[in-house]
Amino acid sequence: MSYPSLVSIADYSKEQMLHILELAAGFESNPNQNILQGKVAATLFFEPSTRTRLSFETAINRLGGRVIGFSDAATSSSTKGETLRDTIKMVSNYADIIIMRHFLEGAARYATEVTDIPIINAGDGANQHPTQTMLDLYSIQKTQGRLDNLKVVMVGDLKYGRTVHSLLMALKYFSPVFYFIAPEELLMPNEYKLICRENNIPYYENSNFEPEIIEQADILYMTRIQRERFTDLVEYEKVKNVYILHNHMLDKSKNNLRILHPLPRVNEISQDVDDNPKAYYFEQARNGLYVRQAIISHALGLV
Amino acid sequence: MDKKYVKKEMQVKALENGTVIDHIPANKLFKVVEILQLEQISNEVTIGNNLASKRMGTKGIIKVANRFFESKEINRIALIAPNAKINIIRDYQVTEKRIITLPDHFKGIVKCVNPKCITNNEVMEPRYNVISKSPLVLKCPYCEREIREEELQLL
Repeated sequence: MSYPSLVSIADYSKEQMLHILELAAGFESNPNQNILQGKVAATLFFEPSTRTRLSFETAINRLGGRVIGFSDAATSSSTKGETLRDTIKMVSNYADIIIMRHFLEGAARYATEVTDIPIINAGDGANQHPTQTMLDLYSIQKTQGRLDNLKVVMVGDLKYGRTVHSLLMALKYFSPVFYFIAPEELLMPNEYKLICRENNIPYYENSNFEPEIIEQADILYMTRIQRERFTDLVEYEKVKNVYILHNHMLDKSKNNLRILHPLPRVNEISQDVDDNPKAYYFEQARNGLYVRQAIISHALGLV
Repeated sequence: MDKKYVKKEMQVKALENGTVIDHIPANKLFKVVEILQLEQISNEVTIGNNLASKRMGTKGIIKVANRFFESKEINRIALIAPNAKINIIRDYQVTEKRIITLPDHFKGIVKCVNPKCITNNEVMEPRYNVISKSPLVLKCPYCEREIREEELQLL
């Protein structure tokens, strides 16, 4: 029996997603279990990401597993010119599962082709970061009590932001209504709008970030606008302060509204929002632990 | 002697048995040779290029004696010579005409347009899923980038 790797959110069916969410809820109520006892997980971070690595390693440790790996390609043999293929084959001799982040897009998919042990993609360049999507989904379900028929407002860099693309792909099964709020240069790409149309999902686009839109929202998903995305820095200067959420903008928002952000944030959510009970981004990050516990145990066929 | 016959004599010298690949764009002829790995076979191969063509202006033609390509092999040239005509010749007669069709998945031939794609940084053969044939859209299953016809770069 083979157990699935997780490379892209599209690897999961709707049923598999719901199953992972259910498992994650179990781990939230009981995060310390010994189900990974005797198992070795390798965390291969060819590109550093302390936040993601600590979340994965905590997930493994709390389930009684052991961790090997590296946190930076500079301390791995890839600096000596070893191919990814050889590194994966070598580590497969030692570990039961590989969790990897790589700066090259498609690295995790390729890794699944050179080994029989499960690969969990912890981010491949600008491409996919499916455990982030699963924790976003978990956070939505937990705060709203459901995934169906929600109004989801996405704000900021919708062109290059992989988290919003993957979240859209995951939510397409749950009849959402989307509001895409972004500057002209960073609009939601056509391929994702096409997916909405194919799935009869209504979406609205607006370049103004207005309280009237926030008032309708169940979920407000904020993202960071990165300077390096702009060819014209004058344009960046124009928009950088337009897509900032301030506490007063939430005055008329719905009680069930929750604000999500994949973190790290820079200035797109003003600090005065942090104390608002609708701010959920720090709890959201904690949910990553339970979701990753679920994904790892599931991939190893232990739950 | 009628004109048409003269032309036929000059441009497509009769092949007893084998495959004729006609109407190859002249600037793609050697790429077709490469994709079909004709330099590695010992059969008699006749190559003509920059031949006059009413329809194309100039064209290339390849004749391979005693070799009958399978559709799967020949379809590999679909990306660069989609309008090429394949004639299977047996005993000087065209016994089969084939149309080239682009397969749903293929390996090699094209370079992924994404410089940060693993396929451009590791020693490996790229592969693609054909999302749409007209207009042509490929998808790299590794970096998940879609590649349009105008972006195509051959390996």
